[in-house]
Amino acid sequence: MTQDAPLLSVRDLRVSFPTRQGSFQAVRGVSFDLGRERLGVVGESGSGKSMTGRAILGLIRPPGRIEAASMTLEGRSILDLPERQMRKIRGGRISMVMQDPKFSLNPVMTVGRQIIEAYRLHAAAPRDQARRKALEMLEAVQIRDPERVMDAYPHEVSGGMGQRIMIAMMLAPGPQILIADEPTSALDVSVRTEVLHIMDRLVRDRGMGLIFISHDLNLVAQFCDRVLIMYAGRIVETLPARDLHQARHPYTRGLLNSLPRLDAPVSRLPVLARQDSWRDDDTLSPSDGDPLSPRADTALPGGL
Amino acid sequence: MTAAPTSPDSPQTRPRTRRDWLLSDAPQTRRQARLGAIYQGWLTFRANKLAMLGLVILVLLIGMAILAPWIAPQSPYAQNLADRLQPPSAAHWLGTDALGRDILSRLIHGSRITLFIVGTVALIAPIIGLFIGTVAGFAGGWVDQVLMRITDIFLAFPKLILALAFVAALGPSIGNAVLALALTAWPPYARLARAETLTIRNADFIAAARLQGAGRLRLLIGHIWPLCVSSLIVRVALDMAGIILSAAGLGFLGLGAQPPLPEWGAMISDGRAYILDFWWVAAMPGLAIFTVSMAFNLLGDGLRDVLDPKGDKS
Amino acid sequence: MLSVSDLNVWFGQIPDRVDAVRGAGFQVAPGESFGLVGESGSGKSTVLRAIAGLIPTWSGSIRVDGADLREGRRDRAFFKTVQMVFQDPYASLHPRHSVDAVLAETLRLQGMDRIDQRIVRLLDDVGLGQSFRFRYPHQLSGGQRQRVAIARALAAEPRLLLLDEPTSALDVSVQAEILNLLADLRAEHKLTYLMVSHDLSVIGHMCDRLAVMQQGRIVEILPVADLRAGRSTAPYTAQLMAASEGYRALEAAPAP
Repeated sequence: MTQDAPLLSVRDLRVSFPTRQGSFQAVRGVSFDLGRERLGVVGESGSGKSMTGRAILGLIRPPGRIEAASMTLEGRSILDLPERQMRKIRGGRISMVMQDPKFSLNPVMTVGRQIIEAYRLHAAAPRDQARRKALEMLEAVQIRDPERVMDAYPHEVSGGMGQRIMIAMMLAPGPQILIADEPTSALDVSVRTEVLHIMDRLVRDRGMGLIFISHDLNLVAQFCDRVLIMYAGRIVETLPARDLHQARHPYTRGLLNSLPRLDAPVSRLPVLARQDSWRDDDTLSPSDGDPLSPRADTALPGGL
Repeated sequence: MTAAPTSPDSPQTRPRTRRDWLLSDAPQTRRQARLGAIYQGWLTFRANKLAMLGLVILVLLIGMAILAPWIAPQSPYAQNLADRLQPPSAAHWLGTDALGRDILSRLIHGSRITLFIVGTVALIAPIIGLFIGTVAGFAGGWVDQVLMRITDIFLAFPKLILALAFVAALGPSIGNAVLALALTAWPPYARLARAETLTIRNADFIAAARLQGAGRLRLLIGHIWPLCVSSLIVRVALDMAGIILSAAGLGFLGLGAQPPLPEWGAMISDGRAYILDFWWVAAMPGLAIFTVSMAFNLLGDGLRDVLDPKGDKS
Repeated sequence: MLSVSDLNVWFGQIPDRVDAVRGAGFQVAPGESFGLVGESGSGKSTVLRAIAGLIPTWSGSIRVDGADLREGRRDRAFFKTVQMVFQDPYASLHPRHSVDAVLAETLRLQGMDRIDQRIVRLLDDVGLGQSFRFRYPHQLSGGQRQRVAIARALAAEPRLLLLDEPTSALDVSVQAEILNLLADLRAEHKLTYLMVSHDLSVIGHMCDRLAVMQQGRIVEILPVADLRAGRSTAPYTAQLMAASEGYRALEAAPAP
């Protein structure tokens, strides 16, 4: 999968937020390489998977802090770049698709204008050329009537359409890496498949790297080439996606087992028994904060 | 929120200090939970330096009002025509006015009047607004229509003009000024409370309470009011400055406190005639109004951090 | 236990009236667990809300325990028989009420005695210890909140529980815990469930029979066993099945 040098290389990435009780580390030493592949990042809420995606783009707001031993895009460091250069990379070379198109599209601007503006921000192209590019992108995401959609406002399009528009917008400047943060969780299953097909094809045809952040193990197993499993801000296991069901880490196994299955009915679902040892292993330095936010459903003595 | 050093989730762990006890994520009693919530709020508020400044100024103001007879160097009414229009000096720190009264003493005593006006208006207007707004928003239909049209009528007049009309009809006095201000100040609160109610009304927790058989009155008072009150408090604190200025405006026009009461607005009005040659007569009460207004604004900003339920909880 | 026939639910008035549910009908036997499946906008949650009395504009017949429900307010006896658990545990608890306050108010409204003991019992029933009693919602995780919401629904000791996507906002490991809890409670309290979900596998795990909804209509009612065996008749059901199996890669994709 990664024959040539990696597109993106991250070493010992840490994201921390100051709280009253001391520093809270949302991401604690994450390292990985991304080639021209579909890399899945899986974990529960609070595992730091979204924070990892945002940290790559420098989208952590102060007082949150991003630290890393190194973070390089095609060999050039993108760590601690000034905001102006970061903005060029963001959208130009690394794009991000968020969970819900409703919140990522500007409600008072037509779809066409948003795509055109996004494109012109990164490519100094004249207006009519940008418009042609926008139409072309809408066609690429299989929107049948691009002219009409160009003039529509975001509230006039469905969720699946909105997400396709987001993808079109993000891909227009021709980035090398696409980070998709739960791009299909807000969509119905039937629409979901379509959106995934589109992403899949675009990423393959353009030889892009895709970071696909999701909580859905089965989806990632089928859609991605390689999977990182995150727990409490760390990567606990990395494996080829097709081998996900042979995962060895008890956390991954526990997650897989806790899914109800139509083809294999059980009377009780196995419950994930969390162990503190999953949070840290000996190779990594001990943490100085509690890695789980209150949302993270930590295992407590009193049950859940 | 999860405390790193202690392990707050196991009930056996004894919290070590009072701070830990207050910040515990697993309070053992109703009292601890409530005090903990208040303490969290206080910590958030304290982090806002400017809000703390506002709070300090207001505490000083209240202290000044309470202790006025003891800390004022002279009587606010003692005239001394020989000493009229003296500039600030050791004997009169802030100078004297046209009748030779000590401005500092008058300001100190005037703080009582200011606090009285502000306090009463701040109590009456939001309560009227809360009541009308939540009833309108919650009931909907024609009740909403009627109440909101009344609100619109009040909103259609400039506040001060309406207050002027009230005072003109009722006769000039502090009490009537307060009443006029309160009656003109409530419509924005009603609008705000209604808007909040409309968003809360369809929330799942209201539906859940309804499924337990909760009546409309209980939903209104027990579930909707607590969520509206916080935004109203913030709004009141931010509006305080405006109320002080309106009260001063009425005083300035001679429709509020009557001479010789040392109301700050009336004092500016008195100093108006001498503003070019004896600037301090008008400037000192002006400065006092400015300081207090600013303090309330700062306080309101801080309260917004604490009370906004959408705000960050950690 | 519950019998719905020719149920129509609509929103708004004639010129822009939206018909959310059209002619839905199904029966749920006492002690049964019945599922409603469909995509967003199929009207599955609307059916639940109409039964609960949260939507006043409906026609047709809803019978609970043999008693016909009328439009307008439900009476006390109804709330003692039927309770509901909502989808989003972040929205279904009042942000300013502690767990204790929520349960105490509910018990008082339902006219229960020995409130203190009952709160202790309820918290134990849903697997939350006493240490959770005085917490506020923001001090709870999503799964813990959903447990509180379940405790609240159980406070009235109802016999029919309406479950509106009770786990779709939760992580899978937490979903397993909540589903197990719901199964245990059903056995223990002899409850009847009407469960709505977009997730066929969740319905398959929890329910005996299910109805598939599409655009406000019920297209098929069948036992879960038939669904597993692929004996569904409506093409839409097969479509849902295929989609829920996850993503199939595009064929003939050239290796990058």
